[in-house]
Amino acid sequence: MMKSATKWALALSMAATLMTAGAQAARNDIILGVRLEPPHLDPTAGAAAAIDEITYANIFEGLTRIDENGSVQPALAESWTISADGLTYDFKLHQGVKFHDGSDFDAEDVVFSLDRARGENSVNAQKALFEPIDSVTAKDKYTVEMTLKRPTGAMLFNLGWGDAVMVAPESADTNKSKPVGTGPFKLDKWVKGDSITLVRNPDYWGTPAKLEKATFKIVADAAASLAALMAGDVDAFPIFPAPEMLPQFENDPRFKVVIGTTEGETILATNNGVKPFDDIRVRKALAYAIDRQSLIDGAMFGYGTLIGSHFAPHNPAYLDLSHVYDYNPEKAKALLKEAGLENGFKARLFLPPTDYARRSGLIIASDLKKVGIELELINVEWAQWLSNVFKGKDYDLTIISHTEPMDIGIYARDDYYFNYKNEEFNAIIAKLNATADDAERTELLHQAQKKLNGDAVNGFLFQLAKTGVWNAKIKGLWANAPIQANDLTAVEWMD
Amino acid sequence: MTRPHLFSTDAHKYRSFLAKGMHSPSFVIGGIITLFFIAMALTSFVWTPHDALSVNIAERLKPISASHWLGTDHYGHDLFSMIMLGARNSIAVALVAVGIGAGLGVPLGSWAAAKGGWLDEAIMRMGDFIFAFPAIISAIMITALAGPGAINAIVAIGIFNIPVFARLARGAALSLWTREFILAARLSGKGSVRITIEHILPNIANLLIVQGTIQFSLGILAEAGLSYVGLGTQPPMPSWGKMLAEAQTWLMMAPQLAIIPGMAIILTVLGLNLLGDGLRDMLDPKVRSSLDIGGSKAS
Repeated sequence: MMKSATKWALALSMAATLMTAGAQAARNDIILGVRLEPPHLDPTAGAAAAIDEITYANIFEGLTRIDENGSVQPALAESWTISADGLTYDFKLHQGVKFHDGSDFDAEDVVFSLDRARGENSVNAQKALFEPIDSVTAKDKYTVEMTLKRPTGAMLFNLGWGDAVMVAPESADTNKSKPVGTGPFKLDKWVKGDSITLVRNPDYWGTPAKLEKATFKIVADAAASLAALMAGDVDAFPIFPAPEMLPQFENDPRFKVVIGTTEGETILATNNGVKPFDDIRVRKALAYAIDRQSLIDGAMFGYGTLIGSHFAPHNPAYLDLSHVYDYNPEKAKALLKEAGLENGFKARLFLPPTDYARRSGLIIASDLKKVGIELELINVEWAQWLSNVFKGKDYDLTIISHTEPMDIGIYARDDYYFNYKNEEFNAIIAKLNATADDAERTELLHQAQKKLNGDAVNGFLFQLAKTGVWNAKIKGLWANAPIQANDLTAVEWMD
Repeated sequence: MTRPHLFSTDAHKYRSFLAKGMHSPSFVIGGIITLFFIAMALTSFVWTPHDALSVNIAERLKPISASHWLGTDHYGHDLFSMIMLGARNSIAVALVAVGIGAGLGVPLGSWAAAKGGWLDEAIMRMGDFIFAFPAIISAIMITALAGPGAINAIVAIGIFNIPVFARLARGAALSLWTREFILAARLSGKGSVRITIEHILPNIANLLIVQGTIQFSLGILAEAGLSYVGLGTQPPMPSWGKMLAEAQTWLMMAPQLAIIPGMAIILTVLGLNLLGDGLRDMLDPKVRSSLDIGGSKAS
């Protein structure tokens, strides 16, 4: 029998060997910090960005996908052909794709997923995406034919949204808590209020993920986010919540600060259906009264781009209207006087619990006070915001970032919470939906942007920047956010 | 018959009371600090160096200078002006809350002492019930239920003050009810309400004033705490607690944003506590010699 000292020495040397081995190999796990916990994990049944930020491209995949630069790439559909009239799409599916529960993915699943998303009882948050689809049929096990009611230029892009992912009939109803997709990662465990852990899917059909494990840690507090990164508890914040803290990371060689673009048009959403905001002069007065550059500096520490309409500046069809309503309080007062409101008025501004909203709210209230508009700032939680403002439309003003890609079409929905009902705009969007030609589409998109800007439907404040901070050794995280996603398929550690 | 009166109308006695106070360092220092903040709060109604509510991004995070005495915050608000308005808020909330506590607590406590029996039990057990919850937790509960805002914060803090004053008033009044001069008053045919107003209240006033200053400082702390978690004073109105909460993310870059409101809270609470201590020291010997009430009851 060994003496205890010898035993200890042996144990220590073994531990030392293990530790050096660990230090030599690159890490194969990652801990990402996210601000909000998703309500559930089914991207086909909820509008919350937090769902897609965990599941998109990791757990669930669609026929097509959107890459880091915002362009469409093949995913579960290997290739496709489009008929000359733009009405019939033939998708050739990848073979040998399996869902996480072991069942095969084939044409029947595509038919099921798309029928479910556009069906009567669909709870899909983006049902409008599928509205042009007339029928989806399985021609054979790996070929799907989709016919449209009218040519729809953005169809392939629409199919790349997180809301259009493929699900299996057996697991579709339980995806909220036990998501079963075809992606390179599958759900390992969800500790409510703390973290969501994904592990690599060993049976993945495509290039396997480089990471073995990925944990999304929920860190709601900005100060705690800083502490977590500094202490190494979290490796990356794809969207760091407090832009004012970024200079500290910029000066630290351990970290990389990556400023990218997002699809987040941050707007002062205005209830066009209530007095006095139904008056275009009042809405224009609001636009002139807000010093938007100061807003970006003050609320976002300078990270953000001026916009003049509901359209992302990095999009090729962008039209720069950001200086149409340059800060001019005198003009705002004149417009208010014209509208018979020279003595000012009171309004309620609802602020959801994000820093950009709360901070912008304070600055906007101060700006508007200078032209006689008294704002009552009402801080609300997300649930309250969704029920009162978004669904109930019981609000005057609110600040929110619309992070869906290419979502200018929401202004054509008459029952949307802006209460903007405009035949002319609806006609532009209807025409856009029916146009496949790129040049024509660009022209129509320009018209749509001009129309929204001219009507000053909402206060178009700024394009949200993606302020990411992560460990300098991490490679492969997206710099931009063309869609709500944290695609981990190409993420790895460098030595 | 001699009736012990604390605040005798006799000018000589009053002067000697103040003269005594001048020799108590805690009374002097506490008084000066408290007066300073009260003066600041009152001045804010008519004048602040800058408009504390107006955002000026170009002027943000400015250091201490001749134009900005305490610098500016991340919105370009002048910090000194914000501290002045914050003082107004804190003092108003705490004052009204203590007013609610004393206004309801003292009559309830005196009533309980005068009647005794089941009424006494009922009032005191209800007080115990409120006491069973930690003050800040019950305040958070009330504001979370009724919605955030300065008014609800006042009510929440005020409710918690009621049993504090009720207990104190009852304890002090009970020991007085057995005294000879009260017996004499009863024999002369006065009712219990009249005795309470004419004899009991004047004799427990000193204790209540001391307790009032202590509760006042606790009220300021509670208001800061509620505003810190976002349930007290609502934006854009500044409050010390809210300033602290917002300074959190700036700790590394602009620590003064947290230090300045923190110091304001510490100084006010310190001032009020010193004042309370000083008052108790001055009042205690007199209380003990004439009324036989131990100093411990005042704490």
